[in-house]
Amino acid sequence: MSSELRYTANTQLEHLHARYTGTGHADLTKYEWLTHQHRDTLSSIVGHPPLLSYLAIADGEAVGRVKFEMTERMLQPCGPPPAKEE
Amino acid sequence: MSSDTPRLVDSFTAPKEVLEEFAELAEEENYDPFAETASKRQIASRQSDYHNRRFSRQANESADAFKAAEEGTDIEGGYKEAMRLQRLEKEEERVRRAIEEKEREAREEGQAKMDLDKTPPRAEFEEAAKELAASGTKRKRRWDVAEPIEEENKENQGGEWSKEALDGAATKKRRSRWDATPAEVSTAPGETPKRSRWDQAPAAAPDVPMTPIIMNAPGFMHEDKHNRYLTDEELDAILPTQGYAIVTPPPGYAPLVRPPKLSATPITEVGFHIQEGSDAAAVAAAAGLAPDLPTEIPGVGSLAFFKAEDAQYFAKILKEEDETELSVDEMKERKIMRLLLKIKNGTPPVRKTALRQITDKAREFGAGPLFDKILPLLMERTLEDQERHLLVKVIDRVLYKLDDLVRPYVHKILVVIEPLLIDEDYYARVEGREIISNLSKAAGLAHMISTMRPDIDHADEYVRNTTARAFSVVASALGIPSLLPFLKAVCRSKKSWQARHTGIRIVQQIAIMMGCAVLPHLRNLVDCISHGLQDEQQKVRTMTALALAALAEAAAPYGIESFDNVLKPLWVGIRLHRGKSLAAFLKAIGFILPLMDPEYVSYYIKEVTIILIREFQTSDEEMKKIVLKVVQQCAATEGVTPQYIKQDILPDFFKAFWVRRMALDRRNYRQVVETTVELAQKSGVAEIVGRIVNDLKDEAEPYRKMVMETITKVVASLGASDIDERLEVRLVDGIIYAFQEQTTEDQVMLDGFGTVVNALGIRVKPYLTQIVSTILWRLNNKSAKVRQQAADLTTRLAVVIKQCGEDQLLSKLGLVLFEQLGEEYPDTLGSIIAAEGAIANVVGMTQMNPPVKDLLPRMTPILRNRHEKVQEATINLIGRIADRGAEFVPAREWMRICFELLDLLKAHKKGIRRAAVNSFGYIAKSLGPQDVLQVLLTNLRVQERQSRVCSTVAIAIVAETCGPFTCIPAILNEYRTAELNVRTGCLKALSFVFEYVGPQSAYYADSVVTMLEDALTDRDLVHRQTASTIVKHLALGVAGLGCEDSMLHLMNLVWPNCFETSPHVIGAVMEAIEAMRVTLGPGVLLSYVLQGLFHPARKVREVYWRIYNSLYLGASDALVPFYPDLGELSEGQNVYDRHPLQMFV
Repeated sequence: MSSELRYTANTQLEHLHARYTGTGHADLTKYEWLTHQHRDTLSSIVGHPPLLSYLAIADGEAVGRVKFEMTERMLQPCGPPPAKEE
Repeated sequence: MSSDTPRLVDSFTAPKEVLEEFAELAEEENYDPFAETASKRQIASRQSDYHNRRFSRQANESADAFKAAEEGTDIEGGYKEAMRLQRLEKEEERVRRAIEEKEREAREEGQAKMDLDKTPPRAEFEEAAKELAASGTKRKRRWDVAEPIEEENKENQGGEWSKEALDGAATKKRRSRWDATPAEVSTAPGETPKRSRWDQAPAAAPDVPMTPIIMNAPGFMHEDKHNRYLTDEELDAILPTQGYAIVTPPPGYAPLVRPPKLSATPITEVGFHIQEGSDAAAVAAAAGLAPDLPTEIPGVGSLAFFKAEDAQYFAKILKEEDETELSVDEMKERKIMRLLLKIKNGTPPVRKTALRQITDKAREFGAGPLFDKILPLLMERTLEDQERHLLVKVIDRVLYKLDDLVRPYVHKILVVIEPLLIDEDYYARVEGREIISNLSKAAGLAHMISTMRPDIDHADEYVRNTTARAFSVVASALGIPSLLPFLKAVCRSKKSWQARHTGIRIVQQIAIMMGCAVLPHLRNLVDCISHGLQDEQQKVRTMTALALAALAEAAAPYGIESFDNVLKPLWVGIRLHRGKSLAAFLKAIGFILPLMDPEYVSYYIKEVTIILIREFQTSDEEMKKIVLKVVQQCAATEGVTPQYIKQDILPDFFKAFWVRRMALDRRNYRQVVETTVELAQKSGVAEIVGRIVNDLKDEAEPYRKMVMETITKVVASLGASDIDERLEVRLVDGIIYAFQEQTTEDQVMLDGFGTVVNALGIRVKPYLTQIVSTILWRLNNKSAKVRQQAADLTTRLAVVIKQCGEDQLLSKLGLVLFEQLGEEYPDTLGSIIAAEGAIANVVGMTQMNPPVKDLLPRMTPILRNRHEKVQEATINLIGRIADRGAEFVPAREWMRICFELLDLLKAHKKGIRRAAVNSFGYIAKSLGPQDVLQVLLTNLRVQERQSRVCSTVAIAIVAETCGPFTCIPAILNEYRTAELNVRTGCLKALSFVFEYVGPQSAYYADSVVTMLEDALTDRDLVHRQTASTIVKHLALGVAGLGCEDSMLHLMNLVWPNCFETSPHVIGAVMEAIEAMRVTLGPGVLLSYVLQGLFHPARKVREVYWRIYNSLYLGASDALVPFYPDLGELSEGQNVYDRHPLQMFV
């Protein structure tokens, strides 16, 4: 947060934001942001049964199987984190 | 004045009395109005002797046994040592008391030689000592009589009090506080590690005497500025130049006092000026009232204040020193002193940085040097609340950093902090608890116990009391279970009853402090102290009972099974004891009773009632209070039957407590009323009221008041349906009598009258004529207070009179009140108007007598009254008339009222402003909005902000009641005025309008777009801020109503403002953007945000991420379809395609 805003009422907003997963900040990397997007997408599918059965039909799998796979995928939806550049 | 003006008299002078007055004033000049409050700010000066006993405590250094064990060194000054010292102290105390006792006896028998010598001769001392030694107790001996006492005792000593320790101590440690000469203090360091800081005389730095420090300090004036000599220049300026000669002093004259060296007095010093960082002391100093002291210290900078006492502690840093000559330790010491001075006396910013520095460097400074400086400051007698708070804060911060390094100082810290636990100030107590809890976490349980153990059976009750409280804090910090074994041991101590007493008191304090958190350990705690009920010491028994009471109170309503063991001793105990311990036992029983099962409780109550009834007769105030409390608790339990209360308790209770004497003491009064109300809950209204109703005609007024208050409370909670016809007659009769006879002005009689009459309802009809004639008669009384009470009573009775169908009486009252509107006392006038309003409320506007068309014009001039009560009553009445009966009054009168109402918008009380603003709405509804709106829009030009803001609210209310279409064109037109205030006022009004009308705004969205365009592109920040607020309300109002096109346009105008930094502006803008999410949908917003999430400039990224976060938290699920397809960014193991979204059937 920029220094002039540090002491204003918006600090609280900033802190509140930071308490939730999926929120970002100015130094977020591409990988982190996209991982969040993928997780949101997967959880959205799991959370909407019509969408889930649509995917099950398209895949030719059981709904339970698709749901399980989606949930498993959430662990590392975009693969392992890239090596940190020093 | 021209020179040719004739002079009337040669000379004239002021009248004599004026001159005398000036002379008196001059004498008063040295009077310091702050002196009194200054002494009140000092903690020590306002506390009781008991509190101030803390100054006589001695603190020991407590060795860190853990560290010593690790390092394999021998402990010096450990637990053993502390115990020994404590015994020594106890011994001294006992001998001193014995001698005093002896002396007193001798004096009483007339044997004393009455030689007025305070210290008895040495011979007497020795005689006393011998006698005491002979009387069996070996250890009663004067401490400074060098006798081989250790030999006799050696055999008795075992365990902790070991032979070696004694041998070692006998030679080295036989010093006591009183006989230590200052010479001993200066012995080689390290040899006497047990030296306490408290017993040193304040002349800790003998090389730098105190006065010169102040005199040397910069800014100090050598003489009081009011009494200094006049300089030659000043004399020249005062005296005429002609006709006077300066006479040389006669030869041989030498002035008695050496004339002070006169530094040039700066002109700015003369007269009054406010200093920066104003504090009471600083203000006083500026006014020349406080003694002049430095506010500038070298190396510290300017301070908010500086007290004479501070000089003694901070002597070393007050003068300039050559730093190169100082050793490292000395430098460190000075550094700490500077920081402490900054914290204690500095302005807030100075204080803040110093506090941070001292915290950061705490480990570097070390515990020793830090506490050696902090603790003496805290024991200063002239310490003030603010200073104490700051120093305690320093300890807290430093403790956190030092952690286990603090161990050697635990006792010293405790001696200083424990008194906070019994401070009368709640926040001081909380601070003390905080510190002790942190201290116990840092030092560990074992160390805390070994440090505090010696104080548990200290000779001084004060020390035991504070130690018990400190222990309870330790228990709450480290958990009750960890302390339980120790508590068990202490409570069973065979050696001294003081230890048992303190142990039990610790349990009591734990219960008081931790509340229901004692429940898991309740049985253990009760078992721990239960044997104390049969202790041989009366004080221990009493304390045990009190501790049980505290435990039962904390555990309520659970945990009766834990008290099983103590029930029998308690109930047996009340038959055995008398006086104080009986009171304590009864108290414990009172708190245990509510915990019991209803089936068994009646048996126990029967047992205790006999004692209670016996103690009804007591003359002891404390016992009386406890008895009343227990009766109240008995009555509240489920198991006791109304029959039992009526037969067995009530007769004696009323005989003992319903007497005039009880009404005289405030606390008794309250207790009796509460208990009686509780008894009434069981026995019914008629029973209680029937017993006391005749006393409403008692001749003692306080007693009548007590009766009235009880009846009020009983009737308010239980109603009046129980009261039969005969009682009703007596009751109403009594109430009227009591009301008429009252001489003091308070609410009790009034409330009682109102409550009883309202409870009786239609049954008071037969008495109404009498009551109303009383009121009418009293409305014409010559005392303003009586008139006010009569009016207040009318307010309360209006509803009942209407219920009884006595409209005749109401209209009569209304007329009389109307005639009274010329009342000159504002309080009374306010009550009269309120009464008129109450009547208008119940009879309605059409039946109102006097007719509304006469009443309202009479109110208009009263609106100008500045008294708050009058204003409130008036505006309420006018608002009611405007709401219900506006058509009875001509429009011209309403307009007049509109103008008067504008003044009320300036009122301090929010209720008045709100009522005024609402009245605008009612008036506009009946008159049509045009004229009212014109008045309000014109009012936007006035200076006061509050008046303008209220006008904008009123405009919005008019818009709400008359429809937005009547107001919005006028507002838009007014916005074209070139005046800034008017334009912001218009914007604000619009913002309120859209907030109030909600979805209706959809019809007006397009018509305000151009105006918002203008406001959002204005240079003025406030314009853009208020416009953003309008956009927010508008967007939220029209969500889902098909205004997306114009909203998107506004969004484009709001968006660039997201880089604003002023907090209010950015707040308004962010809210507008949030509102846009609701109207436009998160997808649109996301497309805006995506532009800057990975912008090269951090400042841009920060803002955009903040918007993204609020967007994400508001609608994370809805964003899923709108995220961009970033599959092309995939690299290596990381695949960014969202495959599930690419599937289709």
